[in-house]
Amino acid sequence: MSEHQGNRSSNILLDIKNLATRFYTEDGVVNAVNGISYALEEGGMLGVVGESGCGKSVHALSIMRLIPSPPGRIEAGEIWFDGRDLLKLSEGAMHHVRGAEIAMVFQDPMTSLNPVYTVGFQIMEALKLHQGMDDAQARERAGELLSLVGIPESFQRLDDYPHQFSGGMRQRAMIAMALSCNPQLLIADEPTTALDVTIQAQIVELVVRLQEKLGMAVMWITHDLGVVAGMARKVNVMYAGYIVERGNVKDIYGRPRHPYTVGLLGSLPRLDAAPGTRLISIPGLPPDLIDLPTGCPFAARCVYAVDQCLEAMPQLEEVEGEDHIVACWRWKHVAETHHGEER
Amino acid sequence: MAAEIEVLVQVRHLKKYFPVTRGAIIQRHVGDIKAVDDVSFDIHKGETLGLVGETGSGKTTVGRTMLRLYEPTEGEISFGGTDLMSLKGGELRRMRRRMQMIFQDPYASLNPRMTVGSIIAEPLEVHDVSRGKEKRERVQELLRVVGLNPYFANRYPHEFSGGQRQRIGIARALALNPDLVICDEPISSLDVSIQAQVVNLLEDLQSQFGLTYLFIAHDLSMVRHISDRMAVMYLGKIMELTDRDEIYLNPLHPYTQALMSAVPVPDPLVEEKRQRIILEGDMPSPAHPPVGCNFSTRCPRAIDICSEVEPEFIEVKEGHFCACHLVKPDQVA
Repeated sequence: MSEHQGNRSSNILLDIKNLATRFYTEDGVVNAVNGISYALEEGGMLGVVGESGCGKSVHALSIMRLIPSPPGRIEAGEIWFDGRDLLKLSEGAMHHVRGAEIAMVFQDPMTSLNPVYTVGFQIMEALKLHQGMDDAQARERAGELLSLVGIPESFQRLDDYPHQFSGGMRQRAMIAMALSCNPQLLIADEPTTALDVTIQAQIVELVVRLQEKLGMAVMWITHDLGVVAGMARKVNVMYAGYIVERGNVKDIYGRPRHPYTVGLLGSLPRLDAAPGTRLISIPGLPPDLIDLPTGCPFAARCVYAVDQCLEAMPQLEEVEGEDHIVACWRWKHVAETHHGEER
Repeated sequence: MAAEIEVLVQVRHLKKYFPVTRGAIIQRHVGDIKAVDDVSFDIHKGETLGLVGETGSGKTTVGRTMLRLYEPTEGEISFGGTDLMSLKGGELRRMRRRMQMIFQDPYASLNPRMTVGSIIAEPLEVHDVSRGKEKRERVQELLRVVGLNPYFANRYPHEFSGGQRQRIGIARALALNPDLVICDEPISSLDVSIQAQVVNLLEDLQSQFGLTYLFIAHDLSMVRHISDRMAVMYLGKIMELTDRDEIYLNPLHPYTQALMSAVPVPDPLVEEKRQRIILEGDMPSPAHPPVGCNFSTRCPRAIDICSEVEPEFIEVKEGHFCACHLVKPDQVA
C-alpha cells in the first residue's frame, strides 16, 4: 500500500496501457496479446468477447500476473490498478492484490476446486490468509457467503466436498470464494461455458445481483456474444491479441463498425430469427499467432480488405459522437455498407 | 402439406437403461440409469428434426440407440418400413449404410494414424462398395463436396483445424449416400465463426442430396436455426415436440418456456425487455428420477398431481406434442 503514485483518477479502477504478452515455445514466439490499452471504471461491467486464441484469457491472467513463466512473459505495458502499476509490484505485494483486491473465477469449476478439501475449508483459507480471521469467524463468514450466492442450507454444505456439489453449485462456491475478501474487481473467465443454459441464467443473474449489491467492477470474458448482450455496459472485441473494437454494448451490437464484429454477429443464430435466415459465416481461419501477418490480422478473412489492410495494422480510431473505438482502415465504408443494408 | 409427409424413421416407446451394479466380483444389479425413458417420435423424409436438451437429458443416447450402437432396453424403431430391432449381424450392417453419424469431437472421432483419404474410404471398404481407382475418385469427390481440397487425401488429421476435421467427419458420413445422418453436437466444439461455416455446409448438403437429419445439440438457437421440427428433452423424456416456429411462438411446456427464456439473444435492446424464468436447482439424477413428471421438482407451475402421476406425451393440437398435466388438448387454441 506504500506505493501510491501518480495516475490515480477518481473513478478509473483499472487502466491498462499497451500490454503485450508473449509465449516462447519450441515452435516459435506466440504473440498472444499485442499491445492493448483500455480502462475500466469502478463498479463497471465490461464484457470481453472473442474466439479461442484471441488473447482474452491471457490478458486476464496478465492482469493477475499468473502467466506461467517460462514460457510466458509480459513484455511491455503498464497495468494501473488503484493507483499502482501491478507489473512493478513485488511478488509479496501481488499476493495481497490477488484474491483480496482482484478475484478471478475460472471456466471449469471442477478443476479449480481442490477435490480433497471441503468447500468450507477452501473458502475459509482465503479469509484466514487475507483478513486474519480465526477459524470460528472464518466459518461464520464462509457460511454467509454460501448463502449469499444462493446455496441452501449453506452452513451444512460447508462440510461437503466439491464432488458432492453439482456444476452450477460449484461455480456458485467459486464465486463465493472470489467474493470472500470484497474485491474491487471480479474477473470471470468463461464462468458459464461449462454449464447448461438454465444454470447459466442462474449464474448470470447471481453475478448481476451481487455486482449491484457489492458495487464491485466485473470483467466477464466469453466467446458467447449472447451472454454479454444482456449484462455488460462496455464491450471489448478481441481478435488475434488485439482489441479491434470497443464501445458501449448497444453500439457494438446495434452499430458494429469492425468487419470482424459484423461477421461474428452475422454468424450467430438468433433464437428470435425469422425462418429461412441463412447464417453469414466468416470464411477462413484465425491467423497463426506465431506468424502474424504484417497488416491487419483479420485482412485475410475480411470482405472489405484492400491493399492498405495487408500492409499496416490500423490504429484504434474514435467513432465521432459515440464512446466507441475501432481498429479498421475501412470502418467508415463498413458502416455505410452494413448499416445501409439494414435500412 | 400434411398429405405429402413420408415418415422415414418411427421410434416408439424407446427405452435405454444402463444398469448400476455394486460389488467387485459378484456384481449385483442395484438400479438403473434411465438415460432414455419411453420416447416416441417420427422423422419425416427430407426434414431436420432437432433434438435439444441439457447435459444428461439423454439426447445423445437417443441418437446412438437409434443406430443400435447401444442395444435398446425396450421399444420399437422402424426405418423406412423395416423393423430395426429384428435385424441381426449382416442385415443390420447393411441397414447401417443408410444411416450415418457425425460426432461431436472432431479430435477424437478421426483416427490420427490414418490419412484423411483412408478415413473417408473406410466405409466404402467396410461395405465393399467401391475399390481401386473408383474408390479414390469417390474420396476426392467427397472432399470437394465438403469444401476441402481433394489433394488433402494424403494428409493426416492433425494437420487440420477443428472445422476442417468436422468436414472430414461429414465426408465420411456421406460416403455411402445415406438417407439419414445423425448429427450429434457436430458444432459444439467449434468457434462461433466456424460453426456458421459447418452449419451452412450441412444445409447445402441437405438440399443437394436430399438428406434427412437428426440434429442433436444443446444450443437452442442453433437447433432452431437448422431444424424444421424440434423435440425438447429433459431427464430421458421428450417434453415437447413441434414445428420450429410453433415452439418459439407458442411453447406449451413449462420447461420449454424456461429453456427459451434462459437462452441469451445477442441484442442488448431485446435483452432489456426480456423476462427470464430462472429455474431453481439442478436436474435430478437419471438414476433416481422423481415420481410423477420428471420436471416436477423444478417446475414453477407444478400442482399436486405433477409429483404423483406421470403426464402422457400427447398431441395437444395438430403436430404439437406435449407431456404436461397443465396442457390439455381442449384448452389449447
